[in-house]
Order: sequence, then C-alpha cells, then structure tokens
Amino acid sequence: MNTLLNVVWLQSGGCGGCTISLLNSDSRDLFGSLEAAGLRLLWHPALSQESGAEALEVLERCASGAERLDILCVEGSMLRGPRGTGRFHMLAGTGLPMIEWVRRLAARARHTVAIGSCASFGGITAAGANPAEACGLQYEGELAGGLLGARYRSDSGLPAVNVAGCPTHPGWVTDTLMAIAMGGFGPADLDEYQRPRLYTSHLVHHGCNRNEYYEFKASAEKPSDLGCLMENMGCMGTQAHADCNIRLWNGSGSCVRGGFACVRCTEPEFEEPGHPFSRTPKVAGIPLALPTDMPKAWFIALSALSKSATPKRVRDNAVADHQVVVPQARKPGTR
Amino acid sequence: MTRLVVGPFNRVEGDLEVTLDIAGGVVKAAYVNSPMYRGFEQILVGKDPLDALVFAPRICGICSVSQSTAAARALAQAMNIEMPENGELAANLVLATENLADHLSHFYLFFMPDFARDAYAGRDWHAAARTRFAALKGSATGDALPARAGFLNIMGYLAGKWPHTLAIQPGGSSRSVEEAERIRIFAMLIEFRGFLERRLFGDRLEAIAALDSEAALRAWMDGHAPDASDFRRFLAIADDLQLERLGRAADRFLSFGAYPLAGKPLFQRGVWDGRLSPLDPAQITEDETFAWMGGTGKPLHPSEGITQPNADKAAAYTWCKAPRLGGKTMETGALARQAVDGHPLIRDLVATSGGNVRNRVIARLLEIARVVPAMEQWCRDLKPGQPFCRQGAVPEEGAGMGLAESARGSLGHWLTVSRGRIANYQIVSPTTWNFSPRDAAGTEGPLEQALAGTPVGEGEQVPLAVQHVVRSFDPCMVCTVH
Repeated sequence: MNTLLNVVWLQSGGCGGCTISLLNSDSRDLFGSLEAAGLRLLWHPALSQESGAEALEVLERCASGAERLDILCVEGSMLRGPRGTGRFHMLAGTGLPMIEWVRRLAARARHTVAIGSCASFGGITAAGANPAEACGLQYEGELAGGLLGARYRSDSGLPAVNVAGCPTHPGWVTDTLMAIAMGGFGPADLDEYQRPRLYTSHLVHHGCNRNEYYEFKASAEKPSDLGCLMENMGCMGTQAHADCNIRLWNGSGSCVRGGFACVRCTEPEFEEPGHPFSRTPKVAGIPLALPTDMPKAWFIALSALSKSATPKRVRDNAVADHQVVVPQARKPGTR
Repeated sequence: MTRLVVGPFNRVEGDLEVTLDIAGGVVKAAYVNSPMYRGFEQILVGKDPLDALVFAPRICGICSVSQSTAAARALAQAMNIEMPENGELAANLVLATENLADHLSHFYLFFMPDFARDAYAGRDWHAAARTRFAALKGSATGDALPARAGFLNIMGYLAGKWPHTLAIQPGGSSRSVEEAERIRIFAMLIEFRGFLERRLFGDRLEAIAALDSEAALRAWMDGHAPDASDFRRFLAIADDLQLERLGRAADRFLSFGAYPLAGKPLFQRGVWDGRLSPLDPAQITEDETFAWMGGTGKPLHPSEGITQPNADKAAAYTWCKAPRLGGKTMETGALARQAVDGHPLIRDLVATSGGNVRNRVIARLLEIARVVPAMEQWCRDLKPGQPFCRQGAVPEEGAGMGLAESARGSLGHWLTVSRGRIANYQIVSPTTWNFSPRDAAGTEGPLEQALAGTPVGEGEQVPLAVQHVVRSFDPCMVCTVH
C-alpha cells in the first residue's frame, strides 16, 4: 500500500454514540491498526486535534477537490428542518447547514459510509412526528431517497454503505472500512438496505444464549427473568439482521444477554415499532411478529408441542432471575 | 473590539460555536451557541411511558446510562417503586462505569491533546506532552483506549452493551448476576485500578483520594518528577501555564447527589457557594429569552416546561434554554460534585482559586480515585440469587422527577403521564446548565462568564486559552439541546 486512504468523519443529527462505540473496539491498537490497514483519519470531530478554522480548512480542501476524499463517514441523521432549510444543524463556524456540507462532500467522495441507523435511515431522531425532519443519507425510513436521493452513487459506483445499528458495533465499522481499504468491496457485499452483508447475513437470534428457553417457549414475564424474551417482552431478535450474539458487545454482552428485548435497531424504522418496545403485541395470545421465514401455523403448532414438553427446570428458571433449578449431573453408566 | 466566531470545536461531544468579542487581547464577551436541535422532548410526547427507556439513552452516546438513569428514576417515582439492594448496586456500577470511562476519555482524548500543539513548542514540557498526548498518535491513546475498553467490558455483563442499554429499569436491573460473573467484574475493576495506579496516578488510588489540601497536593506532586505519571505531568503543565487563573465562572456549584444506596448517596446532594445549602428542585426554571424557542416567554419549572422551536426568533443565538436555580446560574460537573460533597482537597482548591480549568480537571481525576474503590465494594456486596428488579405498573395519570449525576454533572428528567401516555417530558442536562445562554436579566451562562477575561494572542484564530476553558467543562453538546 503506497498511499493511505483519506477518511473524513462528520457528525450531525445523532447522539455521537457510534463514535463512542467505535472506541470500545477490542483492538489493542485501534488507530494504529486502521492506519496499518491503509486508512488515515484526516479529520474526526471528536478525535482530531484541529478545531475551528484549521478543521474547516480540511473540509474545504476536500469539498473543493484539492485533497482526495476516499471515504466520507457520516454519523447522525440528516436534519432537513425547519421547513427544508437545514437550520436545525448549522455546522459551527460556517453559517452553512450540515446537510449542505454533506451534499458537497458526498459529491467528491470515493466511498460514502453511513455510520449507524440515524445516518442510514433517519433512526431515533426521525421518531414520533419527526420534528427535525430527519432522514438518512439515502433512505427516509424504509423508503429510498433521503438526503442524497436513491440514485446517488459515490465515485466508486457504490451507493452509501449503511453500517446501521443503534449504536453500530465497533467491529461492523472497522470491518467495513478495512474491507473497503483491502479493495474489491462491491455491490454484492451489500444487502437490500445497502448494509454490509458481513454482519447482516445473520439474525440477532443466532447465538442467543436464551435459546433453550426459546426452544421450549419458556418465556420471561418481567424484567430480569431468564426466559425467552420473544413471547412477552418485545424481543424481535428472530427478525433483526445483525450478528450481535455471535460477535458480542463489550466483551461478552448483547441486548438479550443484558435481559432486555432486541428492538431491531439495525432495521429501517426500528424507532416506530407500532407498539411499546418492551411489550410483545399479540392477537388471541399469539405474538403478531413471528420469524419471517417460517409458516405461522407450524410455529404455533410447534410452540404448543414444545410448551407441553418443557422440563420443569426450564419452566421454573424462565420466570426467575437466577437458576432455581440447575441442570442435574448425569451419573456415569446411566442413560 | 473585534468579533471572532470559533467553531467547530473538536474534541467536545457534538457541535459547538462560540462568538467572542475581543478587545485589548482579552475576551470581553462570549456568546455560546449549541447549533443542533433534534427534538427529543417533542418526540417523547404521546409515547408509552416505558418507551422513554429506549429513547432517553439515545439522547447521548457518551452520557447514555445517565439519561437511562434519570428516565428510570422519573418512571420509578411515577410508579412508586424502589430498587432492591442488588438493583441499586448494579445500577450504580453501570453508571459509575460510564462516568469514569467518560472522565478517562476526557482527560486522554479530549483535553490533554491541546498541550501537544505546536503553539507550545517553546515550553520545556512540550516534547514530552507531544509524545504522550498528541491526538490519535500519542502513546497515551495506545494505553488509555484498551484500558477504557477493558473497563467497559463490565457493561457487557451488567448492561448488555454500551452505549444504549435497556438494563436500567425503574425497579432495578434487568440483568441479574451469577457468582462467576461477579468475580469477573471484580477482576475487571482491579485490572482498571492497575492501569490507573501505574499510568494515570503513579500511586495508590487511596493515596490520591486522601489528598486533603492544596498543600498536600503540591507536596505529593513534588515527590516525583512530572514524568512519573500523567496526573503529575498535567499538574506541572497547569503550573507553568497558570491554568488555575483561567476559566472562572460564578463559583456556585450544583450537585444532585450520586450513587444512592438504601437512601444514602455516596456523594451528597446540594449547592455549594462557599457554604452548603440544600437543593430545592422546585427552584429550577428554564428561561428561553435567547434560545430559538417560542414558548410563553417566561421562565418555567421543567415539570411545566414547553419545547417549541422557533428558528426565526430575532434575539436568539442558540437552541439551548437557560436553566437557573432560584434565578441564578449554576456550574455543574465533577468539581461541583466534589465541592458539594465536601472533599477537603476540592473545598480548599475552590476556596483559593474558585472553579477554573485546573481545578475542574483535578476534580475529575480525584473522582476516579474515589469511585473505583466504591465500585469494588459494590461488586463485593452483590448477592447472586437475591432479587435484582422489582416490578410495578405505570399509572394512567401521574408524574415523576428523575435526578442523576452524569460525568458532566446534574441531569434532570421531568415526566407527566396522562391517559397512560407521556403528556410532557422535559430534560435539563449538565451542559444545558454550563453552556446556557444569557437569561432575561442579561446574566450570562457559566461558560460565557468563564470566558470573559480569557487572553487571546495576536492573530489567534482559534485561541488556545479559549479552547482550554471550553474543554475544561467536558461539554456534551448532544445532551445540551437534545
């Protein structure tokens, strides 16, 4: 690698949590590894030295083409309000709306990467009546479009790469950036919402440590219960695309391991599920949203069957906050 | 008089613009603009009350658990439930993990890199500061980031993930802890202690926490060379640059009290302005005279606060409202927390030189030294097998106030529930206090006060002293306006 790829990172209508999450990377040398992989962080609002005029000079050089912009990372949703003016976020020191800066820089970028669900789809900032008129780079919720329009392509020919998640996982970001730096990252590496398949080819359900409870439909009924969170507690892990329970968070964690529902935070419009987040909507006692690729009748039949076969240990532990019955040791020679 | 508009400010959380009126080489007046509005208080209206636990942490990615904590406490008050002992211990551990990780990020990633700048090339400590603290490249980044990430692995056990957990519930924690996990959490705490004692302090945490006066601090500092630890290096730089003379506001300090256990907080609640007085939350109001907000025009208590953005308001210069306690500005943060709690070193420093750039940084590091041993004790006190969460129901009609201390200071949520839905939700964050604009009386916010008199060098476009003052508050701009 003879030249490093210039990376510029912008933050707008989000919480900054995707950057903070990136810093949780389990790399022993995060920035050293990124640079060794060929990525130079030209400017990042939370991490670089440059402030004020020095920082604006970097952005101006990239926007004018004087400096090569290889990867533009945008974190946070695009705030178009009020009434399309973009004044809900004027980039400090510039008198210009941030959405204007994003348009200018995206027009120059070799690759454009949306960091997190806000930049991808609008995310949490687009919830409710969406007072800030928030949207993503190329999506407004599930609808293609967004700030840059559905037909936007960066210089590489790719649309914006949506590293969705709320926050996004540090590994999803570093893997995506490294895949781009290694070359050959193409359309086939993106799923139907332009997310990198490297983490959306799995469901949150894969690797769930509550799987035994799921198998037997032994369900949690209240926070801190050990049982499956799907039937009552709002968990949508069987429909959410992400490898959270394979890759894990902060060493050994994930939402379901933390005792709370997967809210599908990698999916468009997760912020408006149409029901309270931690309560599963049901009709006649049956959860409305079942695994997407399984016939409903079969699911219900299997559930009824497995519920009747549930061992007492699993049934009792499901509604307790610790194992009240532990697995019995099997004596050698018995079957 | 010349006018300088400074922004974007790097190494603060979120976007910030400061307008400076400069004459005779010093700042005469400052106007602080929080330039981004998202509208959480509007988004939350009409939601199921428990959904606040999903939305509130997403106000901020760096104070995420603090926002969860305030929301859970507001809900708990409305639901009239209290956490069991394990719930309080787990919630304290989660909040303390976030707060200390934030203190560490502030020191190593946000604040110290400024001393690596070329502008300080003539100082005898500059080469060492550059090697150690240069943004992204300094050796400290390589030390502190893995130490921080390792420490935050506590979140993997207790919160599922960080930021944005749903583990903090009104009745406790959704995550119970097994005995093996309790031991692993303890192992992470002592590993973090090791990093702090080797690199940050060069001494036992207990020795730092026991420093009880400026004289004691000075004697400790003189005990070894500045390169013995990062804290000593900072103190030497602070001496050379006289950082204790920079960034003084009004020396009125607010703390909501932190880390409760069985009704008693580890750090007490109150107001310190040379003497201690109790906090009366009923005295809190928000003024919006200079905010792009179009409400009633008069200051309101947050329980009846209104958030109605108006980008065309002529006199306004920020999206941030101006919180006041009994009509007065308040500084909040680690310095305030430790002054209110009565730590003798901080009380002595504040009595001598007030709230300033140096003292704010010292208070943050002192707090790390005080809280890690408390965390070790909380971890010892966890009782696997005992309850972690009590259950309750949100009433159809009700209200609640949730007060918490984040790394950056006092955070309050005010919730009103009507017909089973959120009817009003108001948030007053630490940086809303610290970076507030002027109020109707024309009184400047704490940062605006602190910047007045700050020196500006000839031709400085981004005055360094101004940057030190701004960053000394560890601002979180995404919380400020929310």
